[in-house]
Amino acid sequence: MSSAARDAADGRRPVEAGRGGSTTSGVLGGVGLIAFVDETVFHQLLHWHHFYGKSTAAAGLVSDGLFHAFGFFAIVSSLFLFADLRRRHGLWWSRWWGGVLMGAGGFQLYDGLVQHKLFGLHQIRYDVDLLPYDLVWNIAGGLMIGMGIGLTARTRGGRTSTGG
Amino acid sequence: MGDHLHGPDDELLAVVGSLLALVGTIGYGWLVAVTHRRGWPRRRSLAWLAGSVLAAATVGGPLAEAADTGYPAHMVGHLLLGMVAPLLLVLAAPVTILLRALPVPIARRLSRALSGRPVRVLTEPAVAAVLTVGGMWLLYATPLYPAMHHHRLLHAVVHIHVFVSGYLFTIAMISVDPLPHRRSYSHRAVVLVLSLAAHDILAKYLYAHPPLDVGTAPAAVGSMIMYYGGDVVDVTILVLLGAGWYRVTGPRRGRKVMLVSA
Repeated sequence: MSSAARDAADGRRPVEAGRGGSTTSGVLGGVGLIAFVDETVFHQLLHWHHFYGKSTAAAGLVSDGLFHAFGFFAIVSSLFLFADLRRRHGLWWSRWWGGVLMGAGGFQLYDGLVQHKLFGLHQIRYDVDLLPYDLVWNIAGGLMIGMGIGLTARTRGGRTSTGG
Repeated sequence: MGDHLHGPDDELLAVVGSLLALVGTIGYGWLVAVTHRRGWPRRRSLAWLAGSVLAAATVGGPLAEAADTGYPAHMVGHLLLGMVAPLLLVLAAPVTILLRALPVPIARRLSRALSGRPVRVLTEPAVAAVLTVGGMWLLYATPLYPAMHHHRLLHAVVHIHVFVSGYLFTIAMISVDPLPHRRSYSHRAVVLVLSLAAHDILAKYLYAHPPLDVGTAPAAVGSMIMYYGGDVVDVTILVLLGAGWYRVTGPRRGRKVMLVSA
């Protein structure tokens, strides 16, 4: 794994065009994005989720709180990391988007399988046949993870000089 | 039935609160005047004023009266006193301007006092978090909440704790003033996220298990105020934390010779 250090002619300190930064920022961004979408679209706009699920185990409550809080952290930290990468000219777009997809898909899958099913904290929607909703939700999550992994794996060949 | 609680008029707390806010505001204003040649950002003075007024308004006046008889109003007051007001006051950097305005030998003594062990312990993120979040759990999940409305001293003590612990927590996270030691950004972020989670967990827990003497409907409203209100302030703190990180990790601008330290 080579890290290409570029010596900038104008006196900026050499930038480590490492790979980890972009992926990390992307993953955090993806997690935060999905958490935010989940909160706004499903809780607020559609009122499908309830503020407090009918059958809620203590473990589920803790998990929900932790991921809610982490979601905020994910968005905020992702944005600052992104801004930092940009000013260092170290952003690797393919890796970043790959990260976003992996993060979003991963969180969606976690929510769909663990929070909805294992903990039963809340369901996607109430008073409906859940199967189609669950399938769409989790398959979408899986697809995102797959696309993200694919995108990231393709970059193993190395980075173009313009950081593509 | 509702959740009307019969409590004594808490005039003492209202008077003390208003006096403190008044004295604090006048004092801060005097410090600004004394250091006027050096300049002081106006937004900090405004923050101090807003924070003081807000804090005073939660312990005396119409909001305080509403808070004594209704759980949702109480929760709004709690949010303002324990989170919003402290944030504003911390951003006003009172210690910084105090150190600037005081004569050097006194300022040095104050600085030394603030670097001592007690301050260090109280502004430790994990300690402050336990004090503020733990205090909340204690207040709402035990008979402390209804008891507070029946004992004037307890009422005052709880309010003071809410404010002081919230203030210490905010300082520990994003203090503009100098601190004897600072935890790393990662450390602070972890504590902040855990605190936010504990806060949210409590809000949802209280939804299903309302505090004693609080009805189901007010409890639901109160929980949502706690949950979303707490989110707003904690995320604001999170953003400020991130901004601080961004500021100090920036690569130096391409100057060969730094004439002035960054």
